[in-house]
Amino acid sequence: MLHRMKNNTIILGLLLCCLAGCTGPMVAQDDNLYSALGGRQGIDNIIGRFIYLLGDEPKVNKHFEKTDLDRFYAKFTEQICQISGGPCEYTGDTMSQSHDGMNITETEFNLLVELLIDAMEGEQIPHPAQNRLLRLLAPMREDILYR
Amino acid sequence: MLAGHLIFAGLLCLTCFSAFAQQGKLLATPVATQFEGTGGGGLVPFATLSGYASREEISINSFVTHLAVNDFSLNAYGASVNWFDRLEVSVTDQKLGVEPLQTDIRQRVYGVKTRLYGDIVYSYWPQISVGAQFKRLKDTDVASAAGADKTRGTDYYLAMTRLHLGALQGYNLLWNLTLRSTAAHQTGFLGFHNSRQLQLEGSAAVLLGRHVAVGVEYRSKPDQLTFAQEDDWSDVFVAWFPNKRINLTVAYADLGAVAGQRNQRGLYLSTTFYLH
Repeated sequence: MLHRMKNNTIILGLLLCCLAGCTGPMVAQDDNLYSALGGRQGIDNIIGRFIYLLGDEPKVNKHFEKTDLDRFYAKFTEQICQISGGPCEYTGDTMSQSHDGMNITETEFNLLVELLIDAMEGEQIPHPAQNRLLRLLAPMREDILYR
Repeated sequence: MLAGHLIFAGLLCLTCFSAFAQQGKLLATPVATQFEGTGGGGLVPFATLSGYASREEISINSFVTHLAVNDFSLNAYGASVNWFDRLEVSVTDQKLGVEPLQTDIRQRVYGVKTRLYGDIVYSYWPQISVGAQFKRLKDTDVASAAGADKTRGTDYYLAMTRLHLGALQGYNLLWNLTLRSTAAHQTGFLGFHNSRQLQLEGSAAVLLGRHVAVGVEYRSKPDQLTFAQEDDWSDVFVAWFPNKRINLTVAYADLGAVAGQRNQRGLYLSTTFYLH
């Protein structure tokens, strides 16, 4: 009986910790994430690889047919530099503006996230840093989908 | 059980050659299939629906589960369809081998679940789903002998699930809470009571990388059969997601006292195949 109560308490405690970690508004920046991503050079490499991987995915690269890829590269790296705590200021359009009219689906968005993960894997970014970046990018999804 | 093994082998082959597995969710998102046939952990239903279907896709999935404790074995296999990440329907056949009685108790579970709100990763609030499990005993002798009121019954549940990116020192953390209304004795194998009780179930897991999750589960149980005490269930599990075609889960489960046999603990193995 005591054994079971101890199990109960441990598990309940774990669950309560999880609930306490229930998400609220995301922190806008994450200071040492910038260096974990390899600084500006590291971020450039990740996004460069991401664009390269994009080329092999017809399901999503159709959305980039009319995109100025140089500008996309410059703005995306700038955005990641800023949100990861780096010395940059994002000067591109809002997520709503830049994705208006594309009708990006959940499937396509998730595929793009996987390509970003593959790009980070390719640049050997540690798993915790990958998740911390995804966490900062996640709130942008609602401004991107189905417009 | 030969039929079960043949089905298992067939599904494995089908999975290997399947070029059609749906891809719309991130790896590991659907987690596993709980032993009553719905998407979830090993013991507990989650708010996630089975398979990798996003809202534009349909997925077909199947699973096989084997649990062996001291005096009982539980084998389950089933299939489910997930329509557009909105509705999941499942059928599962279960068999509880009761060693002290040298008999098997078979039960069929029809499941339905619908996602009411959210996405476990992206929405502000946890993903919320409601579901039902329509349970029907095929072998009713033991239930009758144990004094159960009925040999069929339905569980209803509400599940909330959330995956927090990078929440634990940069590792992803998943938690689930399920509220279940049930009249079942030992999930139905010992029959069903005339009145229902509310039970609380929960799971928590850490994703150690893209491919592995470790977690714990807890499932409180009603204790309404005077013939034998019914204990809460718990387990510790490791889930492996090599790709989006298959999940393998191993767990150590503690079922407590079952039908008068105490300290029922043992190994749980489950495989989910994402066929389409």
